[in-house]
Amino acid sequence: MIDPNAATLLEVRDLHATVNGVPILKGLNLTVRAGEVHAIMGPNGSGKSTFSKVLAGHPAYEVTGGEVLFEGRNLFELEADARARAGVFLAFQYPVEIPGVTNSAFLRLAYNAKAIADGREELDPLEFDDLVREKAKLVEMDPSFLDRSVNDGFSGGEKKRNEILQMAILEPKLAILDETDSGLDIDALRIVAGGVNALAAPGRAIVMITHYQRLLNYIVPDHVHVMADGRILKSGDRSLALELEERGYDWVTGARQAA
Amino acid sequence: MSAPGIPFPSLATVALPEVPAAGSGDWPARIVESARAAAGRLPVPTPRDEDWRFTDVAQLAKQSYLVEAVPSDLPSAEVLRPLLLDEADGARLVFIDGRFAPALSDTGALAAGVRLVALSDVLSWGLGGSTADGDAGTAAEVRAHLARHVGFEADFFSALNTARLGDGAVLVADRDVQVAGAVHLLFLSTGRPAPLAIQPRVLVVAGAGSELTVVEEYAALGESMVFTNAVAECVVGPNASLHHVRLQRENRASFHVGRCAVSIARDGRYRSVSVNIGARLSRLDLNVTLNGQGAQAHLDGLALLDARQHSDSHTLLDHATPDGSSRQLHKCVCDGGSHAVFNGRILVRPDAQRTDSAQQSRGLLLSPKAQVNAKPQLEIFADDVKAAHGATVGQLDGDELFYLASRGLPAAQARKLLTYAFAAEVIERIPVRSLVARLAAQVMARSGL
Repeated sequence: MIDPNAATLLEVRDLHATVNGVPILKGLNLTVRAGEVHAIMGPNGSGKSTFSKVLAGHPAYEVTGGEVLFEGRNLFELEADARARAGVFLAFQYPVEIPGVTNSAFLRLAYNAKAIADGREELDPLEFDDLVREKAKLVEMDPSFLDRSVNDGFSGGEKKRNEILQMAILEPKLAILDETDSGLDIDALRIVAGGVNALAAPGRAIVMITHYQRLLNYIVPDHVHVMADGRILKSGDRSLALELEERGYDWVTGARQAA
Repeated sequence: MSAPGIPFPSLATVALPEVPAAGSGDWPARIVESARAAAGRLPVPTPRDEDWRFTDVAQLAKQSYLVEAVPSDLPSAEVLRPLLLDEADGARLVFIDGRFAPALSDTGALAAGVRLVALSDVLSWGLGGSTADGDAGTAAEVRAHLARHVGFEADFFSALNTARLGDGAVLVADRDVQVAGAVHLLFLSTGRPAPLAIQPRVLVVAGAGSELTVVEEYAALGESMVFTNAVAECVVGPNASLHHVRLQRENRASFHVGRCAVSIARDGRYRSVSVNIGARLSRLDLNVTLNGQGAQAHLDGLALLDARQHSDSHTLLDHATPDGSSRQLHKCVCDGGSHAVFNGRILVRPDAQRTDSAQQSRGLLLSPKAQVNAKPQLEIFADDVKAAHGATVGQLDGDELFYLASRGLPAAQARKLLTYAFAAEVIERIPVRSLVARLAAQVMARSGL
């Protein structure tokens, strides 16, 4: 949903970042407005996942230059947990298993941490149970998954559905979906995409990071960006993704090298 | 400097008028005599002994101790109530400073075929055969098993406890009796006068085909220093099932030494969860012998330590017969400058063919000064055996912490949650719900920052 008058949620300017001293992001620029759906595509090693982890605040990634404003505020002033409470959400490419912590307890702690930050009432386990069962329907998740340890023994598709359930519980302003489609068969992808589409809202922006055009058949982006070597080389609308599919990434990355 | 009392090395051998059953030449007196002789002969262990390499009892051994508590007011109902277990209502014995406290105990809801009595009562029956006041069946079980399993001839602390045999708990379940809920053996110390040496004793006999759960708990009512030297013996009859929870939460000034010897008969099942939370220094030796074909043992343990606490668990799984199985999960959580030791010895004797044994030991270090020493020790003399073991020591997982942070959980809360989850795997194996909840709250209150 493109609305030129919508507020800017995320402003990334000339972002540089390293992992273990190796430069990965090398001058990335991106503007995301409320209500928009963006897709960032690119070959392996282009820095897509690094970008998502830098936004979420992973401690292994060091920002070496540039700035990121979230609702006009310097995102890097906030620790990872504070970013989450402020409304930044990352759906992990590889969701982490946490044996010994039940999914429902985890979801409630996350919900309540945000509720406290927003000045809302915390929910007790019974009240939360009603909410979470309702939200679980969005991703067609059986309630028995709520009593199991977080992601422990979940299949790939179940883990990704659990990520979207967390998104539904936390109702973020900016949701970054890191390769949420990878490893999913079509049925699982349809369920996950259905959950994401149901959560699309005028005040919320979604940034999908993906290697495959297939996802964009289910979640239709307003903007498509092609990333390579740590920066965005080309931006366009939906048709860019289709063109990429036809001509391959070399079309963009090779063109740059030739230039 | 000269504290009143008995120097530690003489605790077993200094004759005091109140030592029971001396002189008459009957059975308990003979046991006490040989235990005294053993305690006089055996040296106090030092870190030069391989079994005591990481645990130095010098601080404990340099003290003098009093052996008789000052009779004091019993704890009030308000003090006692939070220490009791709903599941053991009407099935508990309470001891104050090692002495049976009938007024605090309640055996009113015991199932038929279950006997729960104080050892001091049994000894007063005079086990010579004239059990006019007592019950002959219980007396016979005590005579058959007391001090028969713990091997006091080769262990200083067992010898010391047996030399001062006086009081404790005796629990006997008859053949095929199923005990709902749990039996609670609660040993409370007041530490008056300090320093006090206490020698609690426990004997549990699960008759053939019986099924019961016992919680053996040591806790402090005050802050003064106590030396508790507890010995338990458990006998699991053919095809019987015994759940044994052992909970040590002494105060931080105290020393706790525990011995537990278990013998499992054919097709018997013994499951234990040992939790060490308290004491400045604690040592537990849990020796389990699979004495009949198809016997099963599950030994789970948790040490949860901080500050300067030191806790050492030594376990022995002695597979003496064929077709036995054993499972073991031991976890240590160390914060501050604490130190946990785990030594898990598994002995598979030549006859113990088709033994199936697996041991897991995991340590979690919450601070750079904390320390865990974990040592699996497998000695296998049979040739058709499955024996798996693994030991890991690490810190909280960075990916897990980031995952929780990315969902908005503050760092301190994330650390608590993951520490709890680590400990919960052991705690949740306790088959007493109210105790699980109590321990869970305790872990959450203590772990993290």
